[in-house]
Amino acid sequence: MKKKLLSSLLSVAMVSALLVGCGSTAAPAAEAPAAEAPAAEAPAAEAPAADAAATDAAAPAADEGKVLNIYCWNEEFKSRLTDHYPGYEEVDATHGKIGDVDVVWTITPSDDNAYQNKLDEVLPGNADAAADDRVDLFLVEADYALKYVDEDVTLPVADLGITDADVANQYQYTKDIVTDSTGKLKGVSWQGCPGVLIYNREAAKEVLGSDDPDKVQEAVKDWDTFLATAKKMKDAGYKMTATANDTYRVFSDNAGKVVENGAIKVDDTIKKWVDMSKEMVDAGETGTGDLWGDDWSAGFYPEGKVFCYFGPAWLIDFCMAADDEASIAHAGGWGATTGPQGFSWGGTWICAANGTDNASLVGDIMKKLTCTTDIMLDIVKADNDFVNDKPAMEQMAADTSYGDAVLGGQNALAMFCAGAEKIDRSNMTIYDQGYTESFQQAMKEYFEGNATYEEALDLFYTSVTEKYPELTY
Amino acid sequence: MATEKKKTSQVVKYNKWGYIFLIPFVVVYLIFQMIPLISTIYNSFFENYMSGLKQIGPTWVGLQNYITIFQNGDVPKYFGNTMVMWIAGFIPQIVLSLLLAAWFADTRLRVKASGFFKTVIYMPNLIMASAFAMLFFTLFSETGPINSLLIQMGMIDTPYKFLSHVVSARSLVAFMNCLMWFGNTTILLMAGMMGIDNALFEAAQVDGATSTQVFFRITLPLLRPILLFVMITSLIGGLQMFDVPQILTNGEGTPMRQSMTMIMYLNKHLFSKNYGMAGAMSVFLFIITGILSLIVFKFSTSESND
Repeated sequence: MKKKLLSSLLSVAMVSALLVGCGSTAAPAAEAPAAEAPAAEAPAAEAPAADAAATDAAAPAADEGKVLNIYCWNEEFKSRLTDHYPGYEEVDATHGKIGDVDVVWTITPSDDNAYQNKLDEVLPGNADAAADDRVDLFLVEADYALKYVDEDVTLPVADLGITDADVANQYQYTKDIVTDSTGKLKGVSWQGCPGVLIYNREAAKEVLGSDDPDKVQEAVKDWDTFLATAKKMKDAGYKMTATANDTYRVFSDNAGKVVENGAIKVDDTIKKWVDMSKEMVDAGETGTGDLWGDDWSAGFYPEGKVFCYFGPAWLIDFCMAADDEASIAHAGGWGATTGPQGFSWGGTWICAANGTDNASLVGDIMKKLTCTTDIMLDIVKADNDFVNDKPAMEQMAADTSYGDAVLGGQNALAMFCAGAEKIDRSNMTIYDQGYTESFQQAMKEYFEGNATYEEALDLFYTSVTEKYPELTY
Repeated sequence: MATEKKKTSQVVKYNKWGYIFLIPFVVVYLIFQMIPLISTIYNSFFENYMSGLKQIGPTWVGLQNYITIFQNGDVPKYFGNTMVMWIAGFIPQIVLSLLLAAWFADTRLRVKASGFFKTVIYMPNLIMASAFAMLFFTLFSETGPINSLLIQMGMIDTPYKFLSHVVSARSLVAFMNCLMWFGNTTILLMAGMMGIDNALFEAAQVDGATSTQVFFRITLPLLRPILLFVMITSLIGGLQMFDVPQILTNGEGTPMRQSMTMIMYLNKHLFSKNYGMAGAMSVFLFIITGILSLIVFKFSTSESND
């Protein structure tokens, strides 16, 4: 009897232990309705109070949810919002407050596609999620903007109270990228991303005899002179660019669609990049590291010995390690010049997620950060970004009192203005990002001599069709 | 008669507890193993992936996914890569482990502080494989410390791209796997050696056998079942090799995908959430591992019958 009691006790203990184990997933699900009920009531009860506060804070809102969820992949937008959106208070690294609304940042780095995976997971069911969990605002990059814009997971900005007149000053290309196939504008950006050639002033003085942008431009005015200069740089111990991929955007941005009628295309312009880069790699004038890797960013410091980078304003101020005292950027040792060819690279767009319960706040953020000239001029002055406001930028470009410290006080805005006018991004597809990554990766094998061009091309096709099984080549 | 009947029912009653105690395993197995396994097999017969945010399929395609992964040469190639890297890591690993285990288990040698050494050699296994791979990635990068060391010693002029050459990339993976697992293998082999009857060693000693003879004539033959176990489990682990090469080569299996393993290839289908192709690949892996496990099972059961 005693034995029986003991064994039944033991087995009860075991089975309950098992159930407890299950409990970690099952129990919350079972308890959820109970726990949610008060939460659901709470907003109803507090709603009038919140409304009152909201009207006080001048954010007109009867539709405001209590939590504004923002999805992004780095700190850039957060610092813009913190510094330039009136009424934003930072609470901690991932939380903030706008009036009575809690701002929750979900920052997922883009590495390994993690950011998009996250969006893919939450956006389709966003409208059905609990009010406080819904994504309200998310950011996209140019390379994959269409993937989200051309679906109903993003709201047209017109629904948020942003009119054509509001965005009239923005550069056309920034609107083209986020316009869906029915012609609706579905996102806005505060920045324009025309690119320039960013050169190391020290190297320019040493090798070219002058660091004056016009003189340097003479030495890089087209690709032939660029190559000739690369030889001089190599002889003086400098790499022309840190990696072959640095020049990729200059070519790809001027090329045709990467996919046409479901077939992968390698444009002649891109082939030119391959040929030129192979030549430069073989001559030791550039490296084969990946963008964003250590070998690439080594050139941000004097001992990295890199002559130039290609990039837009965000690269200059946000990526070139200006905070680090040892960097060239900190010492203001970079200069900017137009370079062999105009191009654009990247950019961040603000999109409203379908299902947002903070539509008017999202609309207000968009309006303030991307359509309000005063705020945008502040962004230029504080962060040296190139903002998406044509008249304002043209006015600033003529302002001799403005200069970018990273560029040694040079005012490069005129170059950006001229570049931004010419950008045409109507060639974007939803495949651009995967295409670009696979192409650079495959060509690296060719540059390093591990494969012939044809073999590398095969590797590229394999890699792209893995990402997009519906494509042919 | 009556007592006998009572006895059987008593046995049945006690058997019941056995089944009850098995419930946790069965439940966990069903939820986390059986259901995913069956759904993987089921999914492998469909075309089913995401293009952007659009779902393509699921459309029944029969064995098409299997035909594709074999026909375009993917599976044979990545299977080959995986095996080469496993063998290159396993051979030094087993040699090293045998040697160390023999030293540690040898009662005559009386290695001092053997507990300390056993802990130290097991250490690499405690580090996360990904952290370990990240460390090596940094060490052997173009601008990394190994390259600057070699340049300063005057052995090379320009940085050597370790991860852009087949031999060095594969060797690095093999070396890391060896380093991570030799401690584990040593412990296993040592356990096996301690299980050998000491009388046999003493008898050999009395007969004047050298330690080499003892090792090859007594230790090795008697260690065969453990050796086989170590080999097959390592092979199964090797087939699933992923984290080290994935992180070391940034998921690309450079150069020219020659260090890409089967699981890394499987991982490539994550981008498009390609359940069909990834399912087919997983089923193939499952079959191979299944066969290998059967061999272990058969061998270990027949051993106990001897």
